[in-house]
Formats: sequence, C-alpha cells, structure tokens
Amino acid sequence: MKIHEYQGKQILHKYNVSIPMGGVAFSAEEAVEVAKKIGGEVWVVKAQIHAGGRGKGGGVKVAKSLHEVYEYSKAMLGMTLITHQTGPEGKIVKRLLIEQGVNIEKELYVGITLDRAVSKNVIMVSTEGGMEIEKVAAETPEKIIKEAVDPSVGIMPYQARKLAFALGLSGVQHKNTVKFLTSLYKAYEKTDASLAEINPLVVTKEGDVLALDAKINFDDNALYRHPEIAEYRDIDEEDPLEVEASKYNLNYIKLDGNVGCMVNGAGLAMATMDIIKLAGGEPANFLDVGGGANKETVANGFKIILSDPNVKAILINIFGGIVRCDRVAQGVIDATRETHVSIPIVVRLEGTNATEASELLEKSGLNFEVAHSLQEAAAKVTGVLAR
Amino acid sequence: MSILVNNKTRLVVQGITGGEGSFHSLQMIEYGTKVVAGVTPGKGGTVFEGVPVFNTVADAVKNQKANTSVIFVPPAFAADAILEAANAGIKVIICITEGIPAADMMNVYNSIKGKDITLVGPNCPGVISPGQAKVGIMPGFIHKKGRIGVVSRSGTLTYEAVKQLTDQNLGQSTCVGIGGDPVIGSKFVDIIKLFNEDKDTDGIIMIGEIGGTAEEEAAEFIKKNVKKPVVGFIAGRTAPPGRRMGHAGAIISGGKGTAAEKMAAMKKAGIMVVESPAEMGITMAKAIAKLKAKNAPAKKAAAQKTTQPKTTPKKKAVAKKAVSKSKIKSKTKK
Repeated sequence: MKIHEYQGKQILHKYNVSIPMGGVAFSAEEAVEVAKKIGGEVWVVKAQIHAGGRGKGGGVKVAKSLHEVYEYSKAMLGMTLITHQTGPEGKIVKRLLIEQGVNIEKELYVGITLDRAVSKNVIMVSTEGGMEIEKVAAETPEKIIKEAVDPSVGIMPYQARKLAFALGLSGVQHKNTVKFLTSLYKAYEKTDASLAEINPLVVTKEGDVLALDAKINFDDNALYRHPEIAEYRDIDEEDPLEVEASKYNLNYIKLDGNVGCMVNGAGLAMATMDIIKLAGGEPANFLDVGGGANKETVANGFKIILSDPNVKAILINIFGGIVRCDRVAQGVIDATRETHVSIPIVVRLEGTNATEASELLEKSGLNFEVAHSLQEAAAKVTGVLAR
Repeated sequence: MSILVNNKTRLVVQGITGGEGSFHSLQMIEYGTKVVAGVTPGKGGTVFEGVPVFNTVADAVKNQKANTSVIFVPPAFAADAILEAANAGIKVIICITEGIPAADMMNVYNSIKGKDITLVGPNCPGVISPGQAKVGIMPGFIHKKGRIGVVSRSGTLTYEAVKQLTDQNLGQSTCVGIGGDPVIGSKFVDIIKLFNEDKDTDGIIMIGEIGGTAEEEAAEFIKKNVKKPVVGFIAGRTAPPGRRMGHAGAIISGGKGTAAEKMAAMKKAGIMVVESPAEMGITMAKAIAKLKAKNAPAKKAAAQKTTQPKTTPKKKAVAKKAVSKSKIKSKTKK
C-alpha cells in the first residue's frame, strides 16, 4: 500500500526520525493557518499525490510570504499534476503539505527495502541525493553503498556508523545521521514497510539531519496487524475500476489495450496478456479471478472489463484444476446472457470436463469463439481483431 | 527417481481440519500420497478420514514417522507452523498458504538457512512426483509419470506447462511450484540443482515471471553446471512497471526485474526461451527428440558390443528412426 508524504512523515515522527515542521492542508485558508503555526519566513507548499517527480511538474513551490503560501496553495489545489510516474492523464491535487523552509547544506539519499536475492532488508545510502536513484544506480553504481541487516538482531550501531562515514560526514552531522538511520530502520521494521525512501535526506547548515521527502510503502499482507496504517489508504489515488473490482475480490489492473482478459491465477493471467500481444492485440487489463470462477465472478469480471470503452474483444482463459470447466462454461453463458455482451468473446477452458464445457458453449447459441489450446486461443484473438 | 517427494514420503498435513486443509488432504489421499498424520493444535487424539490428528508436529513425527509436511494454516500463523515443522525434524516442508507477511518469511528463511531442511513456498501449488506422491493443490490427473522436471513461480501457468508436456507424451519426474512471494524457501537455483543431479530427469522447464533476480541467478548456474536441455518462459512482458501483478513478488521496481532482462540472461545461458507460453511443451519435445537422436548411436554401439538379447528390436528401430530424422534435420539446416 502507498501513502502520502505527509502521512509518511507522521509515522517517521512517531519513531523519532527528524522531519521539518509542517502540516497537511485541504484548502488555501488552512494552508495559511498551518504556515502561521510553523512560523518563520519561508515555507514550502507541496502537492500530495501518490507519485514522485512532483517538483518538475510544478507540485512543489517555495513561498516567501503568507500571501504566497495562499496563492500557491490556491493554484495547486484542484490542478492536474503530471509527472513521469503519473502517466499522461496525471493526478488531481486534493491535499497539500505545508512545511518550514530549511537551510540545505547537502542533499543525500537513503532507502530501505527487501533485497530478494539475500532475503534480508538492505539499507542503501548515496551522496547523490535529490536525483533519480534509478539513474544513479544505472550510471554510477559505485555511488550507492549498501548494508544488509540481519533480521535476528536488527540494525547494529556499527552499520549505521559505516553508512554515515560512507556519506563523508563527520562531527555532529555524522552523529545525527547515525541516529537518523537507526530510527528510520526501526520505523521501517515496526510498521512492516516494504519501502522507506528518503530522497533527499538533508543536512542543514545548523547540522540537523532531516527527511525532506518521505516515500513509504507497506506490505499488504501485513496490514492486518497495523489497522492505524490501513486507515491511511486514500481511495482517490486509486483507479476507480480497480477499487470496484476489489469489492468483488477480483484482482484487476487497468491497462491501455483493446483486448480484455479474464484468467484464473496470476501467472497464467500475465502469460495470457503476453499471448494477446503476440496475437497482434494489446491487453486492456490484468484480471485474476482466483480459484472460484463461477457465474457471479464471471459476471462481475465482464462488468469491470466492459466499463473500459477501449475493449474490442475479450479472452477468457481458465485452467480448471479443482474447479470443473463445465460449471465455468455455464457461468460464462449465464453471465453473457445477463450482461448482454456484444463484442466477440474467445473462450478457452482447459482441465476437468473441458470437452463437456466446449459442447455447452457451442450449443448455447451465443457467439463464442471456442478455443482448446492456448495457441488456438491466440489465433482466434488475431481473427476477431482482423474483422 | 524424482526430487523432494516420492513413494517414501510420509506426509503430515498442518491445518488438516481447516477448509482448505481438509479438502486437499482428501485429494492427496485419493491420488495415493501417504498422508500419515494431521496437526491441529487442540484437536489431538481425533481422527480425520482415517488419518490420526495430533496437537504438535513433534507428536506426528514421533508416532507416525512423518518426514514431510504440507502447510494449509492461515497466513498469520504460517511462519510459526513452518518453524514448528523444522524444529520437529521434518526435512521437506511445503507451504501452500498465500498472504504471509514478508517480514515473517524473512525471519523464517534466515532461521532455517544452512540447516538440512528444504522449504518450498509459501504461496505455491506444492510439489508432485507423478505416480508417487502429490503434495499440494495441483490437479493430479493432468500429470503423467516421466522424465521432465518443471519448476515455476506460478500455479495455473504450471498446470498449463504440464498439460502441454503430457499432450506431447512427455511425462514429468517432479513438478515444483516455488511460489509467487518475494521471500521463498527454495529459489529456482535450489530446485534446478536437484533436477540436475537427478538421474531420472532428462530436461527442465523453468517458468519465471517479472520481479526480482532469481531467474538471472538460475541462468548463471545453468550456464556453468547444467548440460540437460532447459526450456524457459517469463510471464509478464506486457506488465507495466511499478504494479504488483497479483503475486506479491511480481513487480518491476526501479526499472529492475523486467521480462526482457530475464529473457536475455536466460538466452545467454543457453536456455531455450520461448516467446509464447503456448510453445513450452513443443519446444521441450523437440529438445528431447534431438537429445535422443544424439545419444542413439552411442547406445546402439554399446548394445552391439555386449550383444545383450534384452535390447528389443522395437527399441532399436526407434533409435534408428531418430538417427535418420536427425540426419535429415542437420541437412536441411545446412
């Protein structure tokens, strides 16, 4: 699960990770109130959306008066912010973070995530803060220093010291960075985060070490033990069709193509998307209906897929292992009749009772393209697209 | 032979009285798997479909000599169940449960690492050695006893590969679903090592997907150590970056873990990478035919030397046919 920057900072603050003073605002008036509370003469107005690259898109402004705080906030709220992570459609700004301006001396990078190759959490630091870390990793990998953490003991002081020295810090800056890294790791670990990225991590002229940005993601599988974090979910940031699908226990991801698909199992669903592409189409979605593909799941799946106007054909690919194909076929027939699907449907059912299933589909009088193998399904998709 | 599970497997089902556990226990028993015990804390002393239920895995090991465990307990209790099995002396632990927190699995993985224990999963369909034992949730009937090993991160896509093999009249030695999570007990490398050492496995199908670098690590191992033909497929070439495609581990993050990268690494290692998932079976069939043709003259010569009457004329004819076929092929290629 993803959360907003200001929510991430609230969590960091709870775990004694230093952050600039700030607060969330939903209106320009509120923004001014927050700025007044913070005090000082310089504030930063930051658009809160679930995507990076906000600065370049005009989502981060430095205000030098309360009037400017008001003006920037007014302009930013309701605007569609387009960054390299939002896609061309962008995202509408509905919340702002108002923060104190800080005297930046150095911009650094720190990130914590699970390193799957060693099955341990790894802390990464770099002197190249404020840049796209993927770019640093690709061009100058030697500028990223990593330290894997043994889960049985957690982060050790020597590891934090080593990383802080690698950042070229000394004196009070070094000391504060050690404290920062240790607290950040604890926050990551205690909240079952899957990513904690601070970019930039800033060292101020006064020697303070602060998280200027905070990108924190959480392990969905562990949310059950963190109800307070689950509450941070912002449905406005998610695709409405995906939210709708999740209500029916369907795992749906919207894509930009013209062939919708409905599959049981995530791996087979990805493979089905690939085969649509090979057949000359573009997948319109990922949709895993899970183990029980019955009339209701198929009908709900149709509803979701057909809400996307780009869909010109549907490919249903079900490998019935434990679930019987003839039952799935009946579900497909009933759902097609009830939802009045008018675009071509290619159906491939394989596994238990596959022959009976094909007969049911062919005798239904509905316009199904019945395929027996994956190869045949691909050919039929190519066929219906050529019509 | 086969790997991990066979007719010597004495299985204990952890969570045997739960919804999933009870259904699949019956399916496994029906297939012929020796299900010798079940474990449900608090239900020790009861009997499930003729299988004695114990309070602890240690009791199941002591009383029923269980040597393999399959886990169906809910995600919040699964890490505990794995470690209970490990500490009770179970050597092969297969965890089906989906949705275990990654932090829990990280602790489990690092705790059993280096010990003589094989953990398969979690979030996987299990392991089957056709004709010997089915330990998991896969449909038994699509499998056929034979000499191809299958290893995969997915469930239904594995069934697809198995079906394609069976349709080509190629049976399987063992099929292993390693699971779709970011932290799993056995990675591609671990299973491919076993297949490579197994005398009764002639070829390997590996089915990967986007996310992580396990396929690249396996490719590196195969390049150095594996002489058996390997057919590979990577699911998710059309998956967008930054989105989790159903499986917790199927995500392209920071531009890493793409299908293109994995396929390139695998091709470089000599793996026959198929573009379409519909071609896994046929590609393996071709590779095996080629291998047979290559080995046939040697076998024929050996047979002539010893002049053993055991070699049936039928077999010789098959070998001859294969030779002539391969000759034609090499001619047309040139």
